[in-house]
Amino acid sequence: MKRISLTLLIISVFISVIAQTKKPVAKKPASKANAASAAVSPAVMERGKVVYNTYCVACHQPDGGGVPSMNAPIVKTPHVLGAKPALIDIILKGMQGVDILGESYSNVMPAHNFLTNQQIADVLTYVRNNFGNKASGVTAAEVAAVRNKK
Amino acid sequence: MNIFEKLDYTILNYKINLSGAVIGCALLALVSHQTKAQTAGLTMPAGFKAEIIAENTGRPRHITVTKKGDIYVKLFRKVDDKGILMLQDKDGDGKYESRTSFGNYIGTGIYLKDSYLYASSDEGVFRYKLDANEHVINPDKPDTLVKGLVSRRQHETKSLVLDNDGNMYVNIGAPSNSCQVNDRQPGSPGQVNCPILETAGGIWQFKIDKMNQSYAEGVRYATGLRNVVGLDWNKQNNALFVMQHGRDQLTMFPEYYDVKQSAELPAECMYMIKQGDNAGWPYSYYDPFQKKNILAPEYGGDGKKEADSKFINPVAAFPAHMAPNGLLFYTGNMFPERYKNGAFVAFHGSWNRAPEPQKGFLVAFIPFKDGKPSGEWETFADGFSGSPEKTASGRADHKPCGLAMGPDGALYVTDDSKGAIYKISYNK
Repeated sequence: MKRISLTLLIISVFISVIAQTKKPVAKKPASKANAASAAVSPAVMERGKVVYNTYCVACHQPDGGGVPSMNAPIVKTPHVLGAKPALIDIILKGMQGVDILGESYSNVMPAHNFLTNQQIADVLTYVRNNFGNKASGVTAAEVAAVRNKK
Repeated sequence: MNIFEKLDYTILNYKINLSGAVIGCALLALVSHQTKAQTAGLTMPAGFKAEIIAENTGRPRHITVTKKGDIYVKLFRKVDDKGILMLQDKDGDGKYESRTSFGNYIGTGIYLKDSYLYASSDEGVFRYKLDANEHVINPDKPDTLVKGLVSRRQHETKSLVLDNDGNMYVNIGAPSNSCQVNDRQPGSPGQVNCPILETAGGIWQFKIDKMNQSYAEGVRYATGLRNVVGLDWNKQNNALFVMQHGRDQLTMFPEYYDVKQSAELPAECMYMIKQGDNAGWPYSYYDPFQKKNILAPEYGGDGKKEADSKFINPVAAFPAHMAPNGLLFYTGNMFPERYKNGAFVAFHGSWNRAPEPQKGFLVAFIPFKDGKPSGEWETFADGFSGSPEKTASGRADHKPCGLAMGPDGALYVTDDSKGAIYKISYNK
């Protein structure tokens, strides 16, 4: 049993290493717009919207503007448009007490680690390409890489 | 009447009608223009007018007015590194153009009584001695009455009010939505014997003349109150009244609540508080449709099971999530008789009704008789948001927060979004 799980671990580490090293190489040739549109299909956006309206809309609001002093906005903020692993980490672990663009927010964002990798990928792709945001999509593999990093 | 006469008559008639209509329209426009100017964009019952007496004051929360009409407001965020603003209308033109500030801390609560100004930070309460003009004598050296109260970002503000027997009542909001193991996480259960209630989620009583009090010196006067911002002392029946901010996000339990139910539940409740009362948070919430305290889903509830009967019932219930931030019993003589001793409630406006339309951004009134509500609540002043669309989206221009009564009986309302301060008066 131990040996099997060790083998699995080695394989998964190997896969994630490949995934991580492969990613930038694969992306380089594509232009920014292409990279974004490649992952942002209407189907993904539609699935992302369903997740958003179930788990996110109460606090972040239908327009993504959040609630002043309480719930963080997700419109063109560095967290949303920035590095994907850090953003995925916020979904998995939650967030509180982080100032955004100079404003503080009192409410807690709970960990949403109960969502599947695909759901997280879909909702982040949706958020990064809605509310006036424009950024590359997020894949389930990218979410898995962050989730399995522990 | 020949045909020409008839035609002429008709044209004349038409002209008369037309000119009448034009004059009528012009008059109507004039009247509505005047009304709008006299109400600062608010809609109120006939005879009331409103004006914005100060603008861009920062984010004013609670407010108090001296016998001579000077104003103190507590600021939610510092302006010029200060957290209390004093406003004066030195030239008597109705605009409060003179501003001085002091107090190196943010907060919400401010109250004036018997030659002292009381103000809260998010951790404690300070007291300032006033001179004969009710001006602060030593703004840099307040007495520290209370310190070390729980402040963990959520529901951090401390509102306060005094009774007539040397006591002060301070809200300590629960740093949580519903005391779940994982706050605001779908499906997470409630913590057994919610430990938050030991130091928060209630009203604490302190002495107004004792320095450096904290939990050891105070009394937990009432518990089971998630977060209170608006509160006032009713002098008719000598009792504390509070407005609770009800819990959010019942949709975290989609097996029992759909989006619409979560938007409409629970009621924003007004409680009359006696010492030792328990209003039920986090174990229950008040359902205004079933008119019952219902067991919270975090503690085994399903939307129907009733809560423990030891929890008190509200004396009034308002629509869900409207965020009551100010409560004032009207004891003045300016307003018509029916307002006397009734309660005004400033609703900051909702956010937790999304994706359903938001509500609130208004000042409500509920009539009282002998210290008890004697009728249904009604909208008193509306239009703070700027438009019905802005109300629905929650992107309101102005958000009502604090309430105070001036020496002449006028009602003052703060807006902690754009920093306007409204004065509402009545002329027969």
